[in-house]
Amino acid sequence: MRSQWPATLFIVLFVFSLSLQAQPAAAPQAADLNAIRAQIDALRADYEKKIQDLQKQLDEVQVQVNRAPASSTSTAVTGGSVSASKVFNPDISVIGDFLGAAGSNKVNPSPALEMHESEVAFQATVDPYARADFFISFGEQGVNLEEGYITFPAVPGGLLVKVGKMRAAFGKVNGLHNHVLPWTDRPLMTQNLIGGEDGIDDTGISIARLIPNRFVFLETTVQAFRGDSGENLFKSSQRGDLNYVGHLRAYRDVTDDTNVDLGFSFSRGHNSSGVVNDIDVGRFMTRLYGGDATIRWKPLQRSVYHSFVGRTEFVWSRRNQPGGVQDAKGYFVSGEYQLGRRWYSGVRYDRAGRADAASTIDLGKSATLSYSPSEFSLIRGQYRRTQYADGPTANEFLFQFQFSIGAHGAHPF
Amino acid sequence: MKITKSFIGMMLVLAAMLMFSTTAGAQAKLNVVATTEDLASIATEVGGDHIVIDSIAKGYQDPHFVEAKPSFILKLQKADILILVGRELEIGWLPPLITQSRNSKIQVGADGYLDASLQAQILEVPNGQVTRAEGDVHPLGNPHYWMDPENGKIIAKEIFDRLVKLRPNDRAYFEMRLNDFVSRVNAGEKRWTAMMAPYKGTKVVTYHRSFPNFAERFGLNIVGYVEPKPGIPPTPQHTLDLINQMKKDGVKLVMVEPYFDLKTPNAIGRETGAEVMVMPPSVGGNKDVPDYIKLFDSDLNMLVTAIRKTTGK
Repeated sequence: MRSQWPATLFIVLFVFSLSLQAQPAAAPQAADLNAIRAQIDALRADYEKKIQDLQKQLDEVQVQVNRAPASSTSTAVTGGSVSASKVFNPDISVIGDFLGAAGSNKVNPSPALEMHESEVAFQATVDPYARADFFISFGEQGVNLEEGYITFPAVPGGLLVKVGKMRAAFGKVNGLHNHVLPWTDRPLMTQNLIGGEDGIDDTGISIARLIPNRFVFLETTVQAFRGDSGENLFKSSQRGDLNYVGHLRAYRDVTDDTNVDLGFSFSRGHNSSGVVNDIDVGRFMTRLYGGDATIRWKPLQRSVYHSFVGRTEFVWSRRNQPGGVQDAKGYFVSGEYQLGRRWYSGVRYDRAGRADAASTIDLGKSATLSYSPSEFSLIRGQYRRTQYADGPTANEFLFQFQFSIGAHGAHPF
Repeated sequence: MKITKSFIGMMLVLAAMLMFSTTAGAQAKLNVVATTEDLASIATEVGGDHIVIDSIAKGYQDPHFVEAKPSFILKLQKADILILVGRELEIGWLPPLITQSRNSKIQVGADGYLDASLQAQILEVPNGQVTRAEGDVHPLGNPHYWMDPENGKIIAKEIFDRLVKLRPNDRAYFEMRLNDFVSRVNAGEKRWTAMMAPYKGTKVVTYHRSFPNFAERFGLNIVGYVEPKPGIPPTPQHTLDLINQMKKDGVKLVMVEPYFDLKTPNAIGRETGAEVMVMPPSVGGNKDVPDYIKLFDSDLNMLVTAIRKTTGK
C-alpha cells in the first residue's frame, strides 16, 4: 500500500488545486475561509507525517543497501580499471587442443605433434531479443570460422531461430565441437560419409520447435544452408543449390539417473562429382539419412564420480555420381565410463564405407583413457587400430592435451 | 463543470485500472521454477497455493554439476518466473537451458528472471586478481549464501517483490505469508543462536566451501577444507597437511556435503578422532530436511550432537 502514497498525494493535490481554481466563482465567506484553512492545516499535517514516514523508509533502504557488500553491479573482478566498455565485452574463452600420434598409418597419416586447434569463443547477449555466439578456430596454418550465429530464443510460436554459420543438427557427433568429443578423433563414419572433420558446417538458417506431448521431449529442427560443406560432401554452384537438414530428437528421463536420447536426421544437397571446370554439368545430389541413440547414466548423488554414456550413430549416404549411385553405410558404437572423479575410460567400434566407393569399407577399433585434473584441462590417450580396405592396417597411439582459459563455458550434455 | 469533467476522467482511469487488475487476478497460478530446492522451499513459503513450484537440482546433488537435460527445458518453457541462486553457481548448465526454453518471460533481464543473490549478504568476494590457480573460484563471491537464515529472509522478500509485480492483486496474500515466514525464521534464529551459543568458535573442517555463511551466522570457525582448492579433489599431501593442522588445532568436526565421497573424510576422521558428519547444505539433502527451516533445525541438531560427543560437554 505504501508505494501508492505518492499517487494518492498527487491525486489529492490535483483535486484540491482544481477546487481552489473553482472557488472565485462563489462568494467568499468568512466561515468558508476558516473551514478551508482548517482543511489545509489538516492536509499539511497529514502530508508531513507521510513525508516523515517515507524518509524513514528511505533510510531503512539505505541501510540495507549499505549492508549488502556485493551489489548486482559489482562485476569488476580484475580489480581497479574496469571501464564501461569492458562491462559489455562478451564472455571470452580459448580452448587449446594438442594432438600427438605414434605408430604407423600409411592411408590417413596425422602429424607426430600438432597444435590441432585453438578455438576462441565469444559469447554474449545481443539485446533483449537475441544472443550471439562466435567460435573461431585457429589451426596451425589457417583460421576458420567454425561457428558464428545469432540466436533468437523467444520467437513467437515457440521457435528457436538461429542465423549464421553453424554445425548442422545432423545426428549427434556432427554438432559437437572437437573439445567435447569423448575421443581424440572423429569416427570413421564422419570421416568417410559426413564430410571429414568439419562435417556439415555451413552458413544458413535454423529453426527448431518443440512438439508438445505428454510423453517425451520432442524437438524438430529444420535447417537450410548455402550448400558448401565438408571437404567433398556438398558443393553449390548455383544459388538454388541449397543444402537442407532435418532432425527429429526425442528425449526421455527413464529415472533421475538414466535417460535416453534418440534422433533421426536427413540431409540433401548437391555434390561436387559433376563439376567440370567450375561448372556443375552433372547436377548430382547426395542424400544422407541418419539415426542416433544415446543412453546416459549418472547417479545424481555421486554425479561427480561415476557416469556412463553409450552412443551409437548410423548413416546411410546415397550419392549420385558419374557411373551411378553409391549407397554407402557407416556406423559407430561407443561407451564411456567414468572411473572416478578425474578418470574416464572408453571404447569405440567403427565401420564405414566411403561415400564415393560404397564397397570400400574401413573398420576401426579404439580404446581411450582420459585424466582430467580439473574441469578446465584434460589429458587423453587413445589406442586406435584401423583396417583400411585399400591399405595396410594402422596401429596408432594418439594422445591429446586439452586446456581452456577464460569464461566458464557450459558443460556439454 | 471543470471539476465534474476531471472527476469523470479520473473515475474512468480508476475504473480501467480496476478492471485491468481484476483480469490480472483472474489469471492462472504463476508457474515458478527454482534452480534448487532451497529456493523452491522459500518460494513456496511466500507463494503458497497461489503459485505452482518446480525445481531443477535435487538437494542431494552437487549444484555445480547439474546436467542440462532437455526435460528441464520443458520445465522452463512453461515458467513465469525462474529463480536462480546466481553468483555463477549454475553457470555450467543454466544458460543453455534458458536459451533453449523458447520462453521470453525468463530470459536474462526479463521480469521473470530472478537472481536471488542480488540483495543477499555474499561472502568471499575475491579482491585483487582472480585466477583459476585457486581452483574453480567464483569471481562474484561464494554462492552458498542461502545457508544463513538472514539471507533466507532477504531472498523471501525478493521473491515476494517479484510475485507482487506479476500478481499485484495477490499482494495481501503474499504479504501475509511472507510475514509468517519471516516470523518463523526469526523464532528459529533465536532457537538456533541459543543452541550454538555455548559452542561459539568451535573449529571445523568442511569438504567444499559450502558453509561460510552458515559458519559466520552460528559462530563456527572453519579452519580448513578437505578439497585443497575449490573443485579440486583431495590430494594425499593436502590430506596429510590437513590432518596435522587438525591435530595441532584440536579440530574434532568434519562437515561433508552429501554428494562427496566419504573415503578421504573418513580417513581424516580415523587419524584425528574427528567426527565426520554428512551435513546437507540444501533442502532435500536428506529425509530430515524437507524445508528451509527444518534444514537449520536438522543441521544444527546434528552439529550440537557431534560437538557434545567429541568434547563431552
